Amino acid sequence: MLEIKDLHAGVDGNEIVKGISLSINKGEVHAIMGPNGSGKSTLAKILSGHPAYEATSGEIIFDDQNLLEMDAEERSLAGVFMGFQYPVEVPGVNNAEFLRMAYNARKVKAEEEEIDPLDFDELLSGKMKMLGMEKKYKERNLNDGFSGGEKKKNEILQMAILEPKLSVLDETDSGLDIDALRIVSEGVNKLRNENNALILITHYQRLLDYIKPDFVHVLSEGKIVKSGDKALALELESQGYDWVTKAD
Amino acid sequence: MSDEKSSVSDLLEDNQYKYGFTTDVESETFAKGLNEDVVRAISKKKNEPEFMLNFRLKAFAKWKTMKEPAWPNVHYPSIDFQNISYYSAPKKKKVLESLDEVDPEIMRTFEKLGIPLDEQKKLANVAVDAVFDSVSVATTHKKKLMEQGIIFCPISEALQDYPELIEEYLGTVVPVGDNYYAALNSAVFTDGSFVYIPPDTISPMEISTYFRINTEETGQFERTLIICAENSYVSYLEGCTAPQFDTNQLHAAVVELVTMDNAEIKYSTVQNWYAGDKETGKGGIYNFVTKRGKCAGVNSKISWTQVETGSAITWKYPSCILQGDNSSGEFYSVALTNGHMQADTGTKMIHIGKNTRSSIISKGISADQSSNSYRGQVKIGKNATNARNYSQCDSMLVGDKSSAHTFPYIETANSSVQVEHEAATSKISEEQLFYFESRGISRENAIEAVISGFCKDVFKQLPMEFAVEAQKLLTLKLEDSVG
Ligand SMILES: Nc1ncnc2c1ncn2[C@@H]1O[C@H](COP(=O)(O)OP(=O)(O)OP(=O)(O)O)[C@@H](O)[C@H]1O
Ligand SMILES: [Mg+2]
Repeated sequence: MLEIKDLHAGVDGNEIVKGISLSINKGEVHAIMGPNGSGKSTLAKILSGHPAYEATSGEIIFDDQNLLEMDAEERSLAGVFMGFQYPVEVPGVNNAEFLRMAYNARKVKAEEEEIDPLDFDELLSGKMKMLGMEKKYKERNLNDGFSGGEKKKNEILQMAILEPKLSVLDETDSGLDIDALRIVSEGVNKLRNENNALILITHYQRLLDYIKPDFVHVLSEGKIVKSGDKALALELESQGYDWVTKAD
Repeated sequence: MSDEKSSVSDLLEDNQYKYGFTTDVESETFAKGLNEDVVRAISKKKNEPEFMLNFRLKAFAKWKTMKEPAWPNVHYPSIDFQNISYYSAPKKKKVLESLDEVDPEIMRTFEKLGIPLDEQKKLANVAVDAVFDSVSVATTHKKKLMEQGIIFCPISEALQDYPELIEEYLGTVVPVGDNYYAALNSAVFTDGSFVYIPPDTISPMEISTYFRINTEETGQFERTLIICAENSYVSYLEGCTAPQFDTNQLHAAVVELVTMDNAEIKYSTVQNWYAGDKETGKGGIYNFVTKRGKCAGVNSKISWTQVETGSAITWKYPSCILQGDNSSGEFYSVALTNGHMQADTGTKMIHIGKNTRSSIISKGISADQSSNSYRGQVKIGKNATNARNYSQCDSMLVGDKSSAHTFPYIETANSSVQVEHEAATSKISEEQLFYFESRGISRENAIEAVISGFCKDVFKQLPMEFAVEAQKLLTLKLEDSVG
């Protein structure tokens, strides 16, 4: 589904991602861990098409399409979803309205009829219930004044509505309380199937107890320095990053 | 990726200012310059009653003693008032009997602007008065309105047909010497619209005037007077465009509104005058307008809604004099500036009667190098017991070279009043737009959503079609300025 080949990328001429290769198949869950500032979010932003970040060399192939030639809007419509580490606040734009715009953009792309507000409301209520979100988040403005955890839940709500093929969740677990982490993880698990894939960027092995990864990669200074299975995450938890970064 | 983006702006490029064409019609234009003879000549040309000539002469004498205001937060080279022509009218031999006699070029101009005037195509629910340069060229639905006693005609015609109404009300809300531009207008105005709604009448349709400046180096000075008698209601719309010229054109209009007991006037403007070249700032309209309404009767109401998207410089403060007890005034404004535009706009709410209420919702959007100032005055007189005002003035900055300023002035001479003022500044950022795009929503739709969210409280005051148009206009203008 996703093939990253020797990707170099950065911002304002500074190279941050320094040669990453990664192959992800349908149905898989990949966890990416690594110290602060190692380039995890940068990789995620490159995947989602953030205009400030530039790939200088390498390739990203997603479902036979050259992702680097597509803009953020096209990537999203092609099925790539990014759960942001710091979702931006948009005062004045209603949350439910925003979700419906995003949902309908897909309908338009598929040349299907747009959903009407009442049907959408029903769909939305179902998904919100699944994530244990109160109804009031429909009425609120997009992330405006949301708490840290609420913003993260709202990201997963968007994922649930858009049902992407590939979701990149950047530290979605940070900021969620213990119960919310469980509920959100269960929600994400329900959304999983043999046709979609997940990249989980996280600092905590606890998330991986809920959403079991097939692979764990350790990113350090813009490179993947070690890959393994779930056991690697446990080992990192007990030994810290020095163990892998120094061994390289 | 950057290629993709520029193609979006290319696509919109030719929409930049789609009203920037001129029309080739034969017109009669006075030589440039202003003196008492010019004032007399205008009055004579229009065959005006004597009171009107005296009104003009008094205004002209006042104007000569006055100075251009220096307090607004705008900058421009001083205007040479002798280098302007004060009268330009499409040439016509006699008074027009029907629309068939209007120059077909002019009819086509208005059609191009989306305002068909001829009988077959005219808008069903809007009566239109079309003002071309300084002269009204066509008024639709006149007969239908007359059936209910509603007068809607060019003010030049009203001076012939209803001189007593004009004499009674003209200059009662904006006195001839009110301010520099109003004095100038009072001396030299050539046309505009007149509306009279008789008692106990709800106007069956929207009434609107469409202004078009066509000739280069003429000033446009229209005069609008709307009177709404007891228990009546009218909703009035005003639209404006002008061709693109390198030189600046002066537009100094005066609008006066009067409401009697229990009457209401809702006045909406979508202003899209040419704003000058986006890069160099060359050309564009100087829009120096005095708009004021007087709630003369008890329980009466005047509400101003404006969407200001054009003009090189805007100087405009639609105001309400709340004289009748329990009367109320409202001001809803969206002012967008981009390129090199400068706007100094706001309102004045003068509370005189008891239990008078006013509310002000102002939304300023500034992009590029533009400057956008809100100036609002709330004045509560000593007899205005229990008067209340609520003001909310929000600014949105697009990019980091634009500026927004807020100047609220509050004066109260009565201790029982309640005055609230809120202000906030926000930004439309590249990160916000990226967030939308990362969910598959186009940049255009994203800007539209953010802007319409910001302007929601104002747009909902506009008649439906106007609101849609206003929103598109704003989105189009901002498309190139974000990011
Ligand atoms: N827009 C930017 N401008 C300048 N430097 C940047 C920018 N974005 C990222 N960086 C730098 O790139 C490096 C990688 O940042 P990134 O956000 O990808 O790290 P991360 O692995 O996600 O860290 P964390 O675990 O703290 O979230 C950091 O040193 C960061 O300061
Ligand atoms: Mg990060």
